[in-house]
Amino acid sequence: MKNKTNVLPREGEAQPSRCPDNTAFKQQRLPAWKPQLTIASVLSSFFLTGAFCLTVGVCLVLSANSVREIQIDYSDKCSDCSKLRENSSNWNKECHCSVNFTLKENILGDVFMYYGLQNFYQNHRRYVISRSDAQLLGRNVNIQRSYCAPFSTYRNGTPMAPCGAIANSIFNDTINLFYNHNSSVIQVPLLKTGNSWWTDKNVKFRNPESYNLSSAFAAGTARPPYWQKPVYLLDEEDERNNGYLNDDFIIWMRVSAFATFRNLYRRVRRVRHFTEGLPAGNYTFHISYNFPVTRFKGRKHVILSTVVWSGGSNPFLGIAYLVSGTAATLTGFVITGIHLKLRKKKTYFQRRCESCFICLQRSLH
Amino acid sequence: MGVTGRCVVEEERRVRANAREYNEKFQYASNCIKTSKYNIVTFLPVNLFEQFQEVANTYFLFLLILQLIPQISSLSWFTTIVPLVLVLTITAVKDATDDYFRHKSDNQVNNRQSQVLIGGVLQQEQWMNVRVGDIIKLENNQFVAADLLLLSSSEPHGLCYIETAELDGETNMKVRQAIPVTAELGDTSQLARFDGEVVCEPPNNKLDKFGGTLYWKESKYPLSNQNMLLRGCVLRNTEWCFGLVIFAGPDTKLMQNSGRTKFKRTSIDRLMNTLVLWIFGFLVCMGVILAIGNAIWEHEVGVCFQIYLPWDEGVHSAFFSGFLSFWSYIIILNTVVPISLYVSVEVIRLGHSYFINWDKKMYCAKRRTPAEARTTTLNEELGQVEYIFSDKTGTLTQNIMVFSKCSVNGHSYGDVQDMLGHKAELGERPEPVDFSFNPLADPRFQFWDPSLLEAVKLGDLHVHEFFRLLSLCHTVMSEEKSEGELLYKAQSPDEGALVTAARNFGFVFRSRTPKTITVHELGQAITYQLLAILDFNNIRKRMSVIVRSPEGKIRLYCKGADTILLERLHPLNQDLSSITTDHLNEYAGEGLRTLVLAYKDLEESYYKDWSERLHRVGSAPEAREDHLARLYDEVEHDMMLLGATAIEDKLQQGVPETIAILTLANIKIWVLTGDKQETAVNIGYSCKMLTDDMTEVFVVTGHTVLEVREELRKAREKMMDASHSVCNGFYQEKLSSKLTSVLEAIAGEYALVINGHSLAHALEADMEVEFLETACACKAVICCRVTPLQKAQVVELVKKYKKAVTLAIGDGANDVSMIKTAHIGVGISGQEGIQAVLASDYSFSQFKFLQRLLLVHGRWSYLRMCKFLCYFFYKNFAFTMVHFWFGFFCGFSAQTVYDQYFITLYNIVYTSLPVLAMGVFDQDVPEQRSMEYPKLYEPGQLNLLFNKREFFICIAQGIYTSILMFFIPYGVFADATRDDGAQLADYQSFAVTVATSLVIVVSVQIGLDTGFWTAINHFFIWGSLAAYFAILFTMHSDGLFRMFPHQFRFVGNAQNTLAQPTVWLTIALTAVVCIVPVVAFRFLKLDLKPELSDTVRYTQLVRKKQKTQHRCMRHAGRVGSRRSGYAFSHQEGFGELIMSGKNMRLSSLALSSFAPRPSTSWIDTLRKKKGCEGSSAGSPSGAADKTLRV
Repeated sequence: MKNKTNVLPREGEAQPSRCPDNTAFKQQRLPAWKPQLTIASVLSSFFLTGAFCLTVGVCLVLSANSVREIQIDYSDKCSDCSKLRENSSNWNKECHCSVNFTLKENILGDVFMYYGLQNFYQNHRRYVISRSDAQLLGRNVNIQRSYCAPFSTYRNGTPMAPCGAIANSIFNDTINLFYNHNSSVIQVPLLKTGNSWWTDKNVKFRNPESYNLSSAFAAGTARPPYWQKPVYLLDEEDERNNGYLNDDFIIWMRVSAFATFRNLYRRVRRVRHFTEGLPAGNYTFHISYNFPVTRFKGRKHVILSTVVWSGGSNPFLGIAYLVSGTAATLTGFVITGIHLKLRKKKTYFQRRCESCFICLQRSLH
Repeated sequence: MGVTGRCVVEEERRVRANAREYNEKFQYASNCIKTSKYNIVTFLPVNLFEQFQEVANTYFLFLLILQLIPQISSLSWFTTIVPLVLVLTITAVKDATDDYFRHKSDNQVNNRQSQVLIGGVLQQEQWMNVRVGDIIKLENNQFVAADLLLLSSSEPHGLCYIETAELDGETNMKVRQAIPVTAELGDTSQLARFDGEVVCEPPNNKLDKFGGTLYWKESKYPLSNQNMLLRGCVLRNTEWCFGLVIFAGPDTKLMQNSGRTKFKRTSIDRLMNTLVLWIFGFLVCMGVILAIGNAIWEHEVGVCFQIYLPWDEGVHSAFFSGFLSFWSYIIILNTVVPISLYVSVEVIRLGHSYFINWDKKMYCAKRRTPAEARTTTLNEELGQVEYIFSDKTGTLTQNIMVFSKCSVNGHSYGDVQDMLGHKAELGERPEPVDFSFNPLADPRFQFWDPSLLEAVKLGDLHVHEFFRLLSLCHTVMSEEKSEGELLYKAQSPDEGALVTAARNFGFVFRSRTPKTITVHELGQAITYQLLAILDFNNIRKRMSVIVRSPEGKIRLYCKGADTILLERLHPLNQDLSSITTDHLNEYAGEGLRTLVLAYKDLEESYYKDWSERLHRVGSAPEAREDHLARLYDEVEHDMMLLGATAIEDKLQQGVPETIAILTLANIKIWVLTGDKQETAVNIGYSCKMLTDDMTEVFVVTGHTVLEVREELRKAREKMMDASHSVCNGFYQEKLSSKLTSVLEAIAGEYALVINGHSLAHALEADMEVEFLETACACKAVICCRVTPLQKAQVVELVKKYKKAVTLAIGDGANDVSMIKTAHIGVGISGQEGIQAVLASDYSFSQFKFLQRLLLVHGRWSYLRMCKFLCYFFYKNFAFTMVHFWFGFFCGFSAQTVYDQYFITLYNIVYTSLPVLAMGVFDQDVPEQRSMEYPKLYEPGQLNLLFNKREFFICIAQGIYTSILMFFIPYGVFADATRDDGAQLADYQSFAVTVATSLVIVVSVQIGLDTGFWTAINHFFIWGSLAAYFAILFTMHSDGLFRMFPHQFRFVGNAQNTLAQPTVWLTIALTAVVCIVPVVAFRFLKLDLKPELSDTVRYTQLVRKKQKTQHRCMRHAGRVGSRRSGYAFSHQEGFGELIMSGKNMRLSSLALSSFAPRPSTSWIDTLRKKKGCEGSSAGSPSGAADKTLRV
């Protein structure tokens, strides 16, 4: 009776083996590195970090101190012009003003000229997206479908070239620098090309392909409403700096991360008087004032600066490094102190507790 | 289980045998079981519908819709849809795999074969094709396929033996009888003509109740549970039987009992959901702040700025702009609620499940079953278990009784001895005793002490008498298929073991008739005349037979519980008795079940007189039982002690060790068994749950509410008193200040044993808290004679009040409810039944694997999951909060800081794999250590590694990181220029800088968090960084920009920005400032307040062998309190059954002169007793007024 086989199917018999494989992976025995925070590793890392930060901080502070920078706010100095510009019907009238300043000592090396804007929200979401990269690549695209609105087409359907709020609001003051050398006024030679990124100039921006620029733009497109001249007249002297490829335009189109920013405008060409940089003396900025800032409570500056390996004048990074280096080193010392002091105490406590525990156990049984 | 819903509620069931057309009218459920959820067609819609019921998924769908509104859209549509689709796909794939396996297991059950009578011929049919009204044939040891009405069987009188362990966990065999009219239908042709109609109750889940009527040949026959074979039972000792299918498939009592599969969630899941809700709240707060900011900004600044940036169409006021910006911010800040969280958690759990499946140390070679994680969603809860509810039979024990030792005439036999006569250790066992001299020996029986056999061979009279008693005094039936091939049908496994032992030692019980017992004594057939069986019952705790030997001497043989028998010995036995008592103590200490054997010679005249009186009492209807008891009592007196036996109820391998380790890990183990109190307590001792150094073992056996309450109160008072006496001064102060409940401050170890019917009262609403408090103050709790429902109630009670994670482990269908109720259900697989496994979340074949499942897999899972969650929330906050800070600098315009591709890929590519690798592979201490230091398990129980506090720490760290992540680059970039004089602070460079430093900082952080750097971790962490830069440079490449100028605007950015030393110095500074404080805090915590795991790691590091300081395993071997092995699985009524001869085969009956005895009532007695026990066990409320003799 017992030798009757069980009718129920048994899985185990059907399959050769259900034993799991004995591999390091499946048995969770993979060789592994088990790092641990030990007093030696922690302290050495703290002191090394501290030393590193302090070194970098000192280098940064020293190099940042060697930067020479002059910043001139001209939003109020040309109040006539700003009043004029507040009325948008006057967009066509020219307005000039000049600002004087004195250099007490020479600025040596490459000198860069920036315009700076305050309270201009280039990083606003609607502003950032308001452009058509395909159009700026010279492609014939329907900008109605881009985010350029409301600066995409005129009422009659003519598309703006370039479209969008960024392009429309381009900084269009013209700034020239004059050096008052022994009662004669010398215009400081400024370079207007080569200021933008190579990739922007050669990849990101392209003019429409045509036998000449004006015909490419003039037919079927119009300048943005705030512009005084169409895009193909941005630089009539240099064909390679005209249209979408204009350096000032390209730089403007690279929007800033914050509402206060400076954009590279010109570089001082190091010829004649200026081979060493800007000599000390009196200078005058001649500004053709086109860009209104008072309407949105903004301010504008013109800035002259040199650069070092870490960029322009920027004390923050150096100081931050010094502070964190100091903090890391101090923490290292504090940890050493705590470790030494409390470990002594702890062993004392442990011994006491253990003896308590033994007593307790005895009393229980 | 999928119970197919029928529109009409069944009020009664009509089933006609052999009439499929007739029965089809009623549309009864078929015998096909369906647990799967989908099929190929319904999968997609149903699964998607289910997935969108998840709040998170719906939320992301909502975000997706928001993004389609241009005024709001602050991100491209794909930043949401790519992760959402990914998440949905992964979940769908997982669901599909799960369902596939459910289909497979359904098929396995449904395709079992059974023999169905169709058209007068027996045909092999699959289980699922069995219909209600079919007649099926079952053979010995087969599972019953559906709920059957027993029609006839191979045994006389339509008797049939079944084992119901699968159903109710009781281990003894039960007898079922066909009603007399059908019992005669023996062959298939008669059965094919059977056309009776059964009208009965509708399907229900009461295992021990059945009511119905059979209408056949214009007569009515009442039917009861005594006529039913339920699905899940196994046919035993019965060659074949026929049954009529009454309930099939989902309607069977087994299935009705199993209830619906509840979806289990872990406590971390619940915590996670709460946290996600809080994060939603936080998100809305941030949105509101930024929206207000936007409204103010637009009102103050934006209005003036309109010449350059006019408002969008339709936006006419700053207020409305603020409203829109709220939604825009909700979109860009949505990443604080990480969409990949849920799917990552699932992936990690899946990985852990595979590790469980792959674990070689949880593979049982004997049963060829590996451990199996059947649910993949509960793994980390395995690391938090506080209460284990264990079944006894088949879980703690193997349900095998082995004759292991005996004491005969003051000499103890059975110790395993080596050559020199010393007690041998386990594992170096010598060869078992050779029984080849005895052709009738059972080859499976093993005994290791040759001296007992020597004594038999040398003719030691005491030993002979000892075995003679064992071969005579029992209610076993024997069956001899062929010459010498004996098969015993023992009603209790204890008895079977004893009779088998006697058989092997040369005293072979060969056959019996109602009046005789034939024994082969050392090869010589001797027939004893059986004069009386003094049957066992729970009060007597002994049984005796009175036999007349061929020489004519009348002798009473008695075996029974030591406590009872030792009092009834003749005073001459004093010396022997004290030696035997010592032996009994020794056996009990080893957890063996003991019985004392004694005999008494009776004078012919005395016997005559006694049997006269017995006859008179037997025929008198009133107070028969009391009279019988008095008579039995009278004759069983002044007996001569023969010796004692010790039976081992074989524990599963490694049970005591496992329980000890789990106890050290602060896990409380409760045993819930359907078995009797004695058995349960005995097992409690043998698996060291109960020990003799326990201060007291409270036994609650009250029959009424008041009694139970009183008993519980007394137990509590005793514990309080004891703790007060110990608690003096300092100790008490310290404890009472710390502990909430005084009862938890109990000194000393207590245990609680509670009975099924007392439990019924204890579980009533007004007493359950009292019960729970008492039980929880005890070190061990044993509940015996509990029904499946009560098991579930106990689990529910602990779940409800203790808020602790519970685990239920069992092997039978009676454990299903408890397995489903507990947070985690574990099924013991590899045995024949699979009900428990099907309902379980984890299954393996040995109880001892539980320690590995909990202490290794569970602990790691919990640790990994907690580390994962902490890091996950941290990285998303660090990532997202940058937008918040940036909002204050960009006119609250919902401008993102990062490139949209970075936002899309951050969670699914750049930071997903390292944290997944940590979540899957991390180990704090090697597996051996978690077994050596069970205390390592405690952080999980106390929920220390991930709770609201930890969450806030993570969030704080994330916010701290985000502040630095934004303001350091801001400080650097504000006025800075590049080294070639051009502007540095353009938006795109800023975005790249912040993104790069974020990726680096979170990578360093995961490096710090990872404690176990396998090659995979290295690959993922370095790989993620490499992938970031590779993708960055690809996204910013010329080629992609030329193809899609609108999508890839960051052209040339990577090479221009990352070539700047300033940018790298910024990134380095950010990383240092973000990481250094973390390292400092972690080190100080490690140094000042090390966790046990830290200490273990540390000691391992310095390679100091700190051995087993935390382990203090108690070792066995002290003298235990004696526990009678008798009556454990014995039932009253069988003596009468034997003496009546009803269960004898006709062939054997023909041999004997069948003396008519007034015993027509034997089956009634049996029924009555069964019914009583059954009903009191079945319905806890109904048990209140019934008494149970245990």
